[in-house]
Amino acid sequence: MPRKTYRQAINEALDCEMARDDTVIVIGEDIAGGAGGSGEDDAYGGVLGVTKGLVGKYGRARVIDTPITESAIMGAAAGAASTGLRPVAELMFVDFLGVCFDQIFNQAAKFRYMFGGKARTPLVIRSMIGAGMSAAAQHSQALHPIFTHIPGLKVVMPSNAYDAKGLLIQAIRDDDPVIFLEHKALYDTQAEVPDEAYAIPFGEAEFVTEGDDVTIVAFSAMVARAKAVAEELERDGIEVELIDPRTTSPLDEEAILESVERTGRLVVVDEGSPRCGMAADIAALVASKGFAHLKAPVAMVTPPHTPVPFAPNLEAAYLPSNERIAAAVRSVLGETVPAE
Amino acid sequence: MQLDRPTLIEAYRRMRLIRDFEDNVQAQFEQGRIPGFVHLYAGQEASAVGVCLHLSDEDYIGSTHRGHGHCIAKGCDVTGMMKEIFGREGGLCRGKGGSMHIADLDKGMLGANAIVGGNPPLVVGAALTVKTKGLPHVAVSFTGDGGSNQGTTFEAMNLAVVLNLPAIFVFENNGYGEGTGVSYAVGADSIADRAAGFGMPAKAVDGRDFFAVFEAAREAIERARTGGGPSAIEVTCMRQHGHFIGDAQAYRSREELERVRADDPLRLFRERVTGEGRLDAPDLDAVDAECAKAIADAIEAAESAPVPSEDELTTDVYVSY
Ligand SMILES: Cc1ncc(C[n+]2csc(CCOP(=O)(O)OP(=O)(O)O)c2C)c(N)n1
Repeated sequence: MPRKTYRQAINEALDCEMARDDTVIVIGEDIAGGAGGSGEDDAYGGVLGVTKGLVGKYGRARVIDTPITESAIMGAAAGAASTGLRPVAELMFVDFLGVCFDQIFNQAAKFRYMFGGKARTPLVIRSMIGAGMSAAAQHSQALHPIFTHIPGLKVVMPSNAYDAKGLLIQAIRDDDPVIFLEHKALYDTQAEVPDEAYAIPFGEAEFVTEGDDVTIVAFSAMVARAKAVAEELERDGIEVELIDPRTTSPLDEEAILESVERTGRLVVVDEGSPRCGMAADIAALVASKGFAHLKAPVAMVTPPHTPVPFAPNLEAAYLPSNERIAAAVRSVLGETVPAE
Repeated sequence: MQLDRPTLIEAYRRMRLIRDFEDNVQAQFEQGRIPGFVHLYAGQEASAVGVCLHLSDEDYIGSTHRGHGHCIAKGCDVTGMMKEIFGREGGLCRGKGGSMHIADLDKGMLGANAIVGGNPPLVVGAALTVKTKGLPHVAVSFTGDGGSNQGTTFEAMNLAVVLNLPAIFVFENNGYGEGTGVSYAVGADSIADRAAGFGMPAKAVDGRDFFAVFEAAREAIERARTGGGPSAIEVTCMRQHGHFIGDAQAYRSREELERVRADDPLRLFRERVTGEGRLDAPDLDAVDAECAKAIADAIEAAESAPVPSEDELTTDVYVSY
């Protein structure tokens, strides 16, 4: 199978679905980039080049550059979705959610329930999360728990290129509003990705590694870190079962509970802020539905409850490190580890 | 208004300092010494300086992701700025903010702002403080042509008019929001006319011409200081570089990029003041030397400053009491 980057995989998913269904449009700031300039068209293809080439194939009527106007983009996409199009709207950095909260949370997310189940809103919002580029507090957040908190939204967090393509195709075919969160540190990572279209259903976790000693649940870019730790611990005879839920809403509760039933130990690794975050959510799930199987308190590895700092050394200290993940695993196994 | 010699020198000094700062930041960034995203202001100096020369530390400004020029024009310390951009201890935000978030509240600089449309409502708030306290100060929002389309900006302009606040909206129209051109992204023919539609006086000026900006700003600021309420200025200018350092700018034609050099506001200023015999070349050369030294010193100080202590990671989230 050909190896492709996460960026390419997302581009292919958009391409496949735009070719298959002419009601699919993409809309956002600079997604073609070059409109109204004196130089080339499609100079940007989105700030990180994810949508590049689409405008050449599908034209400006379906690949729509917008002014900087997130409320209008999200609202227009929600309105178009509820009247017959399947828009994929880009919210460049997830941090910009601040200026378009209403259209996503009070409008798109609520239509179906509020209108007695009659509405369909086949809307995808693609956005970019995560720290690691010294982009500081207003461009580095991992806000997936906020979306997960809102009933009516499906939330997808692909951790690799293969999943990114399959999950985005599923998202575009889905009749609900789906938030598709790409991690900026993953765009250049590669995996084997088929050329043809395939869909990965929502709510089905991936077992990245299998093992009986401890369960790790990790999301998005944290999956690769947890995997590196699992490989390292294997050399010491510790068998980690690493679960990537892939979607936080719906969440594959069964996979997590079934694994913890076998291992009796759980470490959750997430890049979101700790309060009301995914780590706390998964810990609560296991405490309420799988407590009897737990042989140790659940360990949570997250950033501290602070905004994301700019200075590279502080940002590195902010993110969950391999060392912190390994220490958490050893602590749930009852090994004494030196204090951090 | 005829400007006296010290004012002319000061105008040139601030513009030159911005340009040197940006040229050096670019070089340092390209050598991998500066982390994160950096957006250069070079080419737009006449706007920041033409406005801020009328302001004191008690007046406020709000800025954008392209904030270095506004910071320097408002009197921020270039060494503190440089340390900040390098992510070092002693930076104006102690290394926590970086290029896109530089602030210095003692100078009335309310912060660069990495959210497009983030600053206009905040500036309205600063103007509200000034009015409520009965002070003679003003608050200026610097916003791009791209930011002029943001809903927050519209709401801020309307509120400023409704409350008759001493706010000035400066729209720096440099032709692009990232890679998308203003002729595509702004539906109206003129950003100034659109601002006027909210019920305030608005003017468009040539941002290559320091004197034009200075004069328009003088009028607007005087009006605001004397209870005349908000106004808007659209400053047409040229962004000499890409949207960020590293931007290949394929969306701009070669001819346009060549024109950028010809439209340099610093060169035009120099030609005009020497041509009119108001300043001599040696006066200006002395300023050049002084600025070059200040920036070289700032870089040296930034390079040798320590990185922030890891304990800093969890401080400043809340005020402790
Ligand atoms: C709310 C929000 N949307 C989008 C962005 C991404 N972004 C950063 S700068 C920029 C372009 C801003 O253009 P303009 O206001 O004209 O300012 P200029 O860059 O030309 O100085 C965009 C789209 C952002 N930072 N914040």
